[in-house]
Amino acid sequence: MDQLLEILSNLHPDVDFEMEDRLIDDAILDSLDIVDLITAISDEFDVTITAKDIMPENFNSAEAMYDLIQRIRDEE
Amino acid sequence: MRNNVLNYLYGSITRCPDKLAFSDGTEGLTFRQVYDSARSVGSYLIGRGIYKKPVVVFMRKSPREVAAFFGVISGGCWYVPIDEEMPAGRIQLILDNVKSPLVICDEDTAPIAKDFVLHGGSTVLYSEICTTPADETGLARVLDSAIDIDPIYIVFTSGSTGIPKGVAACHRSVIEYVEQLSETLGFNSETVFGNQSPLYFDACLKELYPTLKFGATTYLIPRKLFSLPVQLIEFMNEHKINTICWVVSALTMISAFDTFSVIRPEYLHTIAFGSEVFPLKQFRRWRQALPEASFTNLYGPTEATGMTCFYHVDREFEDGEPIPIGRPFPNRQVLLLSDDGTETAPGEIGEIYVRGTSVTLGYYNDPERTSQAYVPNPLNTAYPEIIYKTGDLARYNDRGELVYVSRRDHQIKHMGHRVELGEVEVNVNMLPGIKLSACIYDAEKKKIVLYYLGDQTDRELTELLKTKLPRYMLPGRIIRLEEMPFTPNGKIDRVTLKKIYENK
Repeated sequence: MDQLLEILSNLHPDVDFEMEDRLIDDAILDSLDIVDLITAISDEFDVTITAKDIMPENFNSAEAMYDLIQRIRDEE
Repeated sequence: MRNNVLNYLYGSITRCPDKLAFSDGTEGLTFRQVYDSARSVGSYLIGRGIYKKPVVVFMRKSPREVAAFFGVISGGCWYVPIDEEMPAGRIQLILDNVKSPLVICDEDTAPIAKDFVLHGGSTVLYSEICTTPADETGLARVLDSAIDIDPIYIVFTSGSTGIPKGVAACHRSVIEYVEQLSETLGFNSETVFGNQSPLYFDACLKELYPTLKFGATTYLIPRKLFSLPVQLIEFMNEHKINTICWVVSALTMISAFDTFSVIRPEYLHTIAFGSEVFPLKQFRRWRQALPEASFTNLYGPTEATGMTCFYHVDREFEDGEPIPIGRPFPNRQVLLLSDDGTETAPGEIGEIYVRGTSVTLGYYNDPERTSQAYVPNPLNTAYPEIIYKTGDLARYNDRGELVYVSRRDHQIKHMGHRVELGEVEVNVNMLPGIKLSACIYDAEKKKIVLYYLGDQTDRELTELLKTKLPRYMLPGRIIRLEEMPFTPNGKIDRVTLKKIYENK
């Protein structure tokens, strides 16, 4: 989780990712952020995130992203 | 003769009054509703005695905002779109420039507008004026006395001094552009646009005015969907969107995540893109997913009304080979000039100058910067002729197609927006505790990189900058330096900064 929070705060030093739970719904992360973020997650965690995973419920909070990473790891 | 963009609206209202004109997927307006609201807003302006003046439209992106634009035009004024996403500092600079007598707000923006200095102007809610009874005589008089060199809008673009520049375009230029673009891309009454660009840029001309001209339909796609590729395509399929003119980053966001293996756009047949280089790997994925669709690269500065050049992609490209910007639309000319004002030899790099009706009126209330960019044509000394100096460098390839090379200065294209790195730096330098700053652009990762000397932490700096700069101008990487590298003649050494960045 710390690793993920570090990726996120590099992306947006001004956002409190431990608190925010509407990152997509409130458009705090835009399309370029999503591209950057998924590239970083894929590299750091060695998982493959595809289009069908890019849903608000998987990216609205750091916790949701962490759950997604765990889920993909389990499936792989 | 068609001398006012409203003629388009008057055409569609007779042909298809009950057809959906503009929608964001939840709320929509038919041509009749657009027409009625526009005439109400126009009548309100006439009643207030506001005529041939800039009127600020400060509303959430919505079909109602589009109707407000046409309302301002119906009243014989020109609209100045401001967006809720713009930071307060920038909005104030725009208000200081245009000194508009009226700011049209909606319920979301009215509380924000209270804090602005309006220079004697006032605010009004759109919902309170959009049902004003139509002043038939007044509206007819406005249309009768319309002159096609009067402005239609002012849109603001990044300025290197830190003050944004307001590009004012007239009816004649917009009509000419809409005609040429529609012909080139084959728009018609069956066209269903999926709009991506914000309404505060000239990029949205591509959808708004052809919609009126043909009685077509435009969906303003909710911004959030551009982070959600599958849902974005579901939205497009649900609304049978068949035509898109998007920035490249919006298209690559879809192709990069292998979205096409899950879902494909079912109705899409016309794809135009521009403002940035399309990475070939991503472009090929699009072509593969939609082999029957037409793909067109567009190029053009805001100062020449929308787009100037087009290239229909008709062949395969080698890795690293740029997709050309092709040739100008009819009725405009691109001159490639060298620094001494002469035409460059074939194959040589020159600066793009645009000539024709599409050249806009100039920067609003800004004669100095206008005269630097809207210049006399050096090839014509017989009579006054103004052409626009773009600052873009290009050359012709062996096939006679124009190919974009680079900028002359520190302007970059970021997320489809024009950004003067100088404007970012000026705003950073004004913050307390900052001694000096310099920006470079990482074109590969699409990040503005800011270097600074000062006491602020990068987090504090980002917080403050957000109140000054629009989101797309915020640096993606902020790095504090102990000292700034300089060139021998005392300028900030950007080459060294790039090296520092690359070696990190």
